[in-house]
Amino acid sequence: MKIFISVFPLRGTLVGCLWCALFCGIFTPKLSAQETPADSLKLINLTEVVVISTGKKLDHQKQRKPLSTLDEFLESSRSINMVKRGAYAWEPTMNDMASERLAVTIDGMQIFGACTDKMDPITSYVDVSNLSEAQIGSGQQGAVFGNTIGGGINLKLDKSNFKPTGWNGSLESAFETNNKMRVFGGELNYSDEKFYANTDVIYRKADDYKAGGNKEVNFSQFEKYNFSVNSGYKLTDDKFISATLIYDEAKDVGYPALTMDVSLARAVIGSVSFNQDTLFGNLSNWESKVYYNTIKHVMDDTTRPDVVIHMDMPGWSETAGFYTQANFNKENNHFFFKMDGFYNKSYAEMTMYPTNSNEPLMFMLTWPDVHTKDVGFYAEDHINFEKSSLKLSTRLAYHSNAVADDFGLNSLKIFYPEMEKTNSRFLKSFSAQYHTPLSDFHFNGGVSYGERAPSVSEGYGFYLFNSFDNHDYIGDPNLNTESSADANVSLTYKRPVFEITATANYFHIFDYIIGKVDSSLSTMTIGADGVKIYTNLEYAQLFNASFSGRYNISNAFKLTGNLSYHRGVDNDGENLPLISPVSYRSALDFYKNQYSVSLSVEGTGEQTNYNPAYGETKTAAYATLSASFGKRFFINESDLFVKAGIQNIFDTYYSSYTDWNNIPRMGRNIYTTISYSIN
Amino acid sequence: MKTLKYIFALLILSVSFVSCSSDDDENIPIETNPVEGLNKIYEFSEADHSVEIYSEKQILEVGYNEISIRIKDLTNDKYITNARVTWMPMMHMATMEHSAPHSMLSNSEESSVYKAHIVFQMASNDTEYWDLRLNYSVNGQPMEKEFSISVVQPADGLKKTQVFTGSDDTKYVLAFINPKAPKVALNDMQAVLYKMESMVSFPVVENYKITVDPRMPGMGNHSSPNNQDLTYNAATKKYEGKLSLTMTGFWKINMKLLNENGVVLKGEDVTEDHLTSSLYFELEF
Repeated sequence: MKIFISVFPLRGTLVGCLWCALFCGIFTPKLSAQETPADSLKLINLTEVVVISTGKKLDHQKQRKPLSTLDEFLESSRSINMVKRGAYAWEPTMNDMASERLAVTIDGMQIFGACTDKMDPITSYVDVSNLSEAQIGSGQQGAVFGNTIGGGINLKLDKSNFKPTGWNGSLESAFETNNKMRVFGGELNYSDEKFYANTDVIYRKADDYKAGGNKEVNFSQFEKYNFSVNSGYKLTDDKFISATLIYDEAKDVGYPALTMDVSLARAVIGSVSFNQDTLFGNLSNWESKVYYNTIKHVMDDTTRPDVVIHMDMPGWSETAGFYTQANFNKENNHFFFKMDGFYNKSYAEMTMYPTNSNEPLMFMLTWPDVHTKDVGFYAEDHINFEKSSLKLSTRLAYHSNAVADDFGLNSLKIFYPEMEKTNSRFLKSFSAQYHTPLSDFHFNGGVSYGERAPSVSEGYGFYLFNSFDNHDYIGDPNLNTESSADANVSLTYKRPVFEITATANYFHIFDYIIGKVDSSLSTMTIGADGVKIYTNLEYAQLFNASFSGRYNISNAFKLTGNLSYHRGVDNDGENLPLISPVSYRSALDFYKNQYSVSLSVEGTGEQTNYNPAYGETKTAAYATLSASFGKRFFINESDLFVKAGIQNIFDTYYSSYTDWNNIPRMGRNIYTTISYSIN
Repeated sequence: MKTLKYIFALLILSVSFVSCSSDDDENIPIETNPVEGLNKIYEFSEADHSVEIYSEKQILEVGYNEISIRIKDLTNDKYITNARVTWMPMMHMATMEHSAPHSMLSNSEESSVYKAHIVFQMASNDTEYWDLRLNYSVNGQPMEKEFSISVVQPADGLKKTQVFTGSDDTKYVLAFINPKAPKVALNDMQAVLYKMESMVSFPVVENYKITVDPRMPGMGNHSSPNNQDLTYNAATKKYEGKLSLTMTGFWKINMKLLNENGVVLKGEDVTEDHLTSSLYFELEF
């Protein structure tokens, strides 16, 4: 049964949008009454920003492992944990919530993975070479990026933005001993006041990694390359257009925690934007973007031994969207408005090859070509009082899903004979965040409410096998909208040499969506324990608290530490899955005279709150120690930076609560990075 | 404020962007030919009339066969609507002969087409053959025509007819009718059940129940939900229920036959140790 995803039907409309956007720009009367442009960045009051950019030579110093994968960068964030199904394509979680409860965007673009088994979180389709930073907003602070419960992550692309730097380029390479990962990267940039172009390419290839005690983890290899171009052109002093293209392809990716690997994961991501300093005289920093991305993901079990039934499981995801945003300042009010929309098509199929080759192939649609439309309006007002400030924000969105494929619709009607082809809902989000300094203390507190629609798998998945709890999952198109009321507080004590922060947040999630066993159903996957149907729980509660500190021992030495506690229970007081046990990390960094040294420890306590019903087993406490050493050399005009480090020095054999099916993590690993940049 | 217009245009575009949908207008032309899509399998001409026999299949097969008959008055080239056609299939074997379960021909659906079905229990071969006797009238004149027909085993080799003796020592014939083209969906399922009263009498069995449990032997005996057991529909004289198939492939429809008192006459439950019922149909798609 062959299937083709038709050429995007709305491409015409998109081009229209683009034209319209350009039109607006070109014919907008030039406004001379220029006021000092407000600092737009400050207005988005984000929880955390993780600096990624490898291109900036100075940043290398700050980073313990400059050419590590994006996954490792994100994991270094205080607020993000990564669920691991292998060495590649980790899935970010925030406040103990994963993909479906987060809004993850790339430069404001909505992208959705094409794998029914979450083997391709969208963070796997970019690389550190493309990015300047990850902007992280916890809870409804992330609603600027989309509908969310747990928070939002925006991966910001690295751009020269008309800095008069002229030509520059760099070459980078890294090697890691544990899995023999080879990384080669390079970039070439040109930028002047009128035009800029950034290009970069990165290639990674890794063999199987070895867990502590030199135990090889089979099927943990991967190979990927990523290529990106972005450029901008100034039309006039106050307006410019820019365009971005990213091509990312991963091949032969092993997933040791799963029963299948991936032979191809490919993304093409493109956008065109138009920026203008002012609009209507009052609005500033007007930015509009149209974008399109397409993802193909092919699972593969041909290299696995003892496969009961060989399966082909390809998936496609196509998204087109736009946003237009601007700032508006009036006295103490700093407004930010954004209108955005996207259209996504998700399609995935499964073909199984019967042992008896005379029998016909077994075919099903696991994602029945679900078309999702979403149009939202986001507004925030950052009000500055004499000493304190208040941020109010809201997102209102129309969201609809339609099952476009009749084969898929009929399949789902086996379970839901009365189901409608389309399902639409109105999603709301409100939040208020207050900040006030009290002498050396800073108090931050807020309350918010947010809603999200079920994901494609939750709403329309058809026999999706989850190897974590060994169950097949069926979506429910009639799920209620999940909503969350949350509160957060944080108190910081700040002195010049040290800083201590205590934060806590609590989410009360209504209609929490999770799979529940339906014992009347028969499994599809051979060897599965049962079938779960996505269901709304009456409610679930999540609580996260952390305590972090920084101490500048001297100008050269800096000590940081972080301790966090997490708890998640459902309405019966049962533990929710994938909730972190007590975890901690601490680091001592030294930086002087172009030398940088760091020593860090990271670990968790025993996982006492786990739930076997979701396939969890108790993970033991662990701690690992890592060290790095770096030196920067100047050679004429050029800059050479060398960094080496060792992770998991004692070669501890361990796995954490985020490790799918408790696959062990990497053992001792020595890495080296060399980067050479020519200015 | 000129720009406002463009912003407005952008908004309109984005709204049209969300309201796009495709409407598939399916205008199926009204069928005029009552035997459209059927295969003419037999035809013979007499002096003043001719008889045409149609089937959905290319050739008659063991199992359920829906057959349409038309009789044409050659004097006016019109199909006769008052022919009162009756029929009797007969199997001629070396030592015995027997009939096959069949329904009464009726032209109530389409006045010129006499429609009914025959369930052949076995195939014909060199020494054992089927013939079909037709009785009808042309302009008030009774006619009789007997001719031999060939019946083959279905080419796909799938079991869709069961001839068995129940625990009540009665011989039954159970034949699969629908779905003819199974889909990954909740299919309407239909079957006919006859009992053998004598060599020539096969009355319809009424008000029994047939449970259905579809399984995929190639997928660890995977089953599907929301099937509906077959119950007797007095209007169609058939057993009707729902059959859900969760994927394409080879399916075995395990069944149990229960009489009106709920006593199992044939078939067993499918369990982990007992992978198949002795009463089953086979499907492939």
